[in-house]
Amino acid sequence: MTGTPALSGTRLPGTLLGAARDRPALAVLLVVCLAAAVRYETFATPENVANVLRQNSMAGLLALGMAFAILAGGLDLSLGAMLAVGGVAAAALTPYGAAAAVAGAVGVTAALGVVNGLVVAKARVQPFVATLAMNMATRGVLLAATAEASVRVARDAAAFKWLGRGWVGPAPVPALVMLLTFAAAGLVLTRTRFGRHVYAVGDDAEAARLLGLDADRVTVKVYALSAGLGGLAGALLAARVGVGQPTAGLGWELAAITAFVLGATSPGGRTAGAGSTLAGVLLLAVVFNAFNLEGSIPSYWQWVLRGAFLVAVVAAQNRIGRARS
Amino acid sequence: MSGRLAGAGERYGAVAALGLLVAANAAFTPHFATAANLGNVLIQAAAAVLVGAGVTLVMATGGVDLSVGSVMAVAAAVAAQVAPAGGAGAAAAAGLAAGLGLGLVNGLLATRFVVEPFIAKLGMLIAARGLAQAAGGGAGAVPLDCPAFERVLGSGAVGPVPVPVAFAALAVAAALFVVRATPLGRYLLAVGGNAAAARAAGVPVRPAVLAAFAASGLLAGLAGLVEAARLGAADPANLGGGMEFAAIAGAVIGGTSLRGGKARPVGTAAGVLILAVIGAAFNMLLVPFAWALVFQAGLILAAVALQRPRRD
Repeated sequence: MTGTPALSGTRLPGTLLGAARDRPALAVLLVVCLAAAVRYETFATPENVANVLRQNSMAGLLALGMAFAILAGGLDLSLGAMLAVGGVAAAALTPYGAAAAVAGAVGVTAALGVVNGLVVAKARVQPFVATLAMNMATRGVLLAATAEASVRVARDAAAFKWLGRGWVGPAPVPALVMLLTFAAAGLVLTRTRFGRHVYAVGDDAEAARLLGLDADRVTVKVYALSAGLGGLAGALLAARVGVGQPTAGLGWELAAITAFVLGATSPGGRTAGAGSTLAGVLLLAVVFNAFNLEGSIPSYWQWVLRGAFLVAVVAAQNRIGRARS
Repeated sequence: MSGRLAGAGERYGAVAALGLLVAANAAFTPHFATAANLGNVLIQAAAAVLVGAGVTLVMATGGVDLSVGSVMAVAAAVAAQVAPAGGAGAAAAAGLAAGLGLGLVNGLLATRFVVEPFIAKLGMLIAARGLAQAAGGGAGAVPLDCPAFERVLGSGAVGPVPVPVAFAALAVAAALFVVRATPLGRYLLAVGGNAAAARAAGVPVRPAVLAAFAASGLLAGLAGLVEAARLGAADPANLGGGMEFAAIAGAVIGGTSLRGGKARPVGTAAGVLILAVIGAAFNMLLVPFAWALVFQAGLILAAVALQRPRRD
């Protein structure tokens, strides 16, 4: 749907321009960061950086889940609902300890992800429709089950709340969780058999099947993983705000796609993955942060600029890609 | 024999399901089968039917239009700004022009700037939502200060048919005509079936795709005007929210494939109405709306599972 990533070989970047072509999102991110650091003296402060990372850690995890789904040739529109389920489940489980809360959030959502995967792989329903239906149904059950009320995190759940609000030295815990998860996902995608299978299925599921790969199994695992990451993001959000909200994460799946696509398009043919997705997440985050620091841009113009920015970056990258090929 | 049966099921399944659903509700849901209630359901669903007609044309080419909800909001906000000074006619014209303009931008992004339609629409969904608020002055809902506009588009009627419903029916009929009886319709289906083959066969791919997006934008604009007239105000932040998914879901239920190459405008209208009737029935039965979402989701899945290709 958003383009299967090319599996063509990775070239060594000979020049700085070559590097920029290979990792355009990273290049744009660096330029935006430099410009912001020059223009706003508060931008490059540890407080601001920590803030930006913390505020975007949940959206980042969602984008990572989306990355797995898209890399495997699918799409996961249920991630917003997964975030809400994760948050409510985690909040409800806080009396049993932080580990139970997080495990419950990830477990419940991963199970729903398995359903997504089975519907896509076995019933052969397109991911767009399958996960859209899952999004509606899950949100519906959640709203009905909670009577549309937020679920409070237990008052004495200090360890759980630390996950959302705590610090390790200068780094906010949710940001650390996000960055560590991205690092782990990067290793999984590049260094493991499962990672290779994800790319193979995304590249051409039929060919992968003919080569003896159990593509259905990979698909189910991928949707379980992406939903589970949504659940983890929900748990972190509940820990941060102190409640699990059944209405949380409305429309976040679209932001996740945006982040993935911003990072993924590489005219140099470099394969999209965890790193490119993180670059996309941070690019969106930094642009938004710059709007805030600018102060005078009304929020609705920020939306216009965000949309235009998304289209412009993707269009420009496609242009360069065309010109080169 | 079974193949022909399956074909008929695919073609008329949604319409038949809608008939069954209405009949069942008429039998079991108190006060469902009153003229007032059915009229209400139709009026409330009119905007989604309008949007669905346009979305069907885009889906025929294999694209998705994710921006229709935001485009509705832009059209409504523009109309609300123009209405007090310019009157109903100018407001409607300005709103429609806004919808058409955004549709053309969508089409140009998809055909000229090599942006994948999904991304173009996503960008437009985000940007147009902001544009709507900017057009509305950034101060929340704008009251539609124009009685004539509300009277005609909101509560007017042609004989026994409310104006929004009449527009929706016209839009569906027009889409059906385009698909069935015009070269443009054949081009759209050819592009959706296989764009490369269509191009090789001399089909004007870009103009056809552009036309589909323009039509979708124009109809979304009209839907925005209808919603604003019905509600008496244009709320840029919320008007049309989620409409893209309602319209796509309706189209999918009605037998229009996301893979392109198929367009069933009547099926889309039936699909949208099925979702609307389920919502209304759950409401009248005092079941929380949340359960309607679950039911609707199951229905979408079932419809797609029934229509999926035997083997691809």
